[in-house]
Amino acid sequence: MAEDVRFKVSIDGIPVDVAPGTTILNAARLIGGDVVPPAMCYYSKLEGSGGKCRTCLVKVSKGSEKDPRPMPKLVASCRTTVMDGMEVQSITSAEVLEARKGVVEMLLINHPLDCPICDQAGECHLQDLSYEHGLADTRYEFERRTFDKIDIGDKIQLHMTRCILCYRCVFVADQLTPQRVHGILGRGDAAEISTYIAKAVDNEFSGNMIDVCPVGALTDKTFRFKNRVWFTKPVEAHRDCPTCSGKVTLWYKGEDVLRVTARKDTYGEAEAFICNTCRFENKATSDWIIEGPRVVKRTSVISSNHYEQLNPPPVVKKNLTLQAANKEQFERIERLLP
Amino acid sequence: MQSLSNRKKVLEQKPMNFWERIYLPAIFKGLSITIKHFFKPIPTVRYPEVERPYSKNFRGQHSLKRDEEGRERCTACGLCALSCPAEAITMISAERQKGEEHLYREEKYAAVYEINMLRCIFCGLCEEACPKEAIYLDGPHVTADYLRKDFIYGKDKLVEPRFDYKDEHEPTA
Repeated sequence: MAEDVRFKVSIDGIPVDVAPGTTILNAARLIGGDVVPPAMCYYSKLEGSGGKCRTCLVKVSKGSEKDPRPMPKLVASCRTTVMDGMEVQSITSAEVLEARKGVVEMLLINHPLDCPICDQAGECHLQDLSYEHGLADTRYEFERRTFDKIDIGDKIQLHMTRCILCYRCVFVADQLTPQRVHGILGRGDAAEISTYIAKAVDNEFSGNMIDVCPVGALTDKTFRFKNRVWFTKPVEAHRDCPTCSGKVTLWYKGEDVLRVTARKDTYGEAEAFICNTCRFENKATSDWIIEGPRVVKRTSVISSNHYEQLNPPPVVKKNLTLQAANKEQFERIERLLP
Repeated sequence: MQSLSNRKKVLEQKPMNFWERIYLPAIFKGLSITIKHFFKPIPTVRYPEVERPYSKNFRGQHSLKRDEEGRERCTACGLCALSCPAEAITMISAERQKGEEHLYREEKYAAVYEINMLRCIFCGLCEEACPKEAIYLDGPHVTADYLRKDFIYGKDKLVEPRFDYKDEHEPTA
């Protein structure tokens, strides 16, 4: 096949040209906005991820130009590659929205819903997903599956009760670290993430499983119960790190760096994986070169009580004395704006 | 000048007659009103010894609730502080240790919980936000004080005293 072949796909009626072999999800991400299906298990930086959680289900109403029959069932968009002339329905199909509701209900069946305690609350993908697509109530009446907390190494804690078995952390262990030390034990309902005989995970990139975890199953022990995410201020910073890119987000509360994470893009995926030295050892402002405040979506709870834009009352705009008094404020805003 | 509304009344002052000039009838009339009030019930309520009944939805001082086993309900989730429009609430959370299960309901609890009563506007958004039914504005008025620092109420003032659930809900035969 020639290199320059492009497939024409339409997602919710929006046309897009993509290379052959692209998945529907990635084609939708090229368009962006509301048509992008949510994804809990797919992670673009991890090979082989996806296909587990079924939140990205879409309807293919026309298979391709040559075979225009629709696909008989909803397909997982992270695993289905596009065909030329394919027509996909994401949010325009009531069937898809209904299916997503069902998937959220399934994911939440064994989830403890301990968001008031969980450190992930506020940046949890499952919270966002259930808020956008789920039902307000649960129909599940039985005992939820519970596990004891496990310490994976001295810096990471595993709450298996919160896990949705997306396998992302297993792919991290497989692909980022030299030898695999944890994985899935058991099958079906009894499946759990484990290190087998509680063997500690100690290699330089193990901390990334915290970042890839879409829920609060893998959390930073150094940040455990320190503060709520929305009370901390994210700041972009970097440092000269010999093992990783060193580009991180620092989460400040007052003068203290409470935790260090990788920078996440719009889909909550780390832009570059960082090493454990950056993540756990360097928690002083002097270790980092600050780039500026992280841009947080207005809809995110993390942006609450963070005032980026100075919106002076009309009286300030007219009065020169008041403008001189607020000079420093105005200058700060001009520095922030590109 | 002519009146604009045409509703102006011109009062003419007549000279007082004999009874008006001796003033006595007017004095007795006034005294009788005063003496009549000696025998009427007194509407003054001697606060703080006596309190008027409060309205059912009155919002007063906050109290941090305990559950039926006497454990603190608050789990320091921070939603009250997030919802607070006056930013009056702060808290520091801590992890429940082994052996403290009778003190705290969840595995996380508020080690420090402070409300600045000078900032608080008693809007009740915190009790609406609370997912654990831990905070209610069911107390009396917040009392006056002399120093600003004394208006920052900590857990010593906010947490409700222990009570025996059985005494109130299972009457002894």
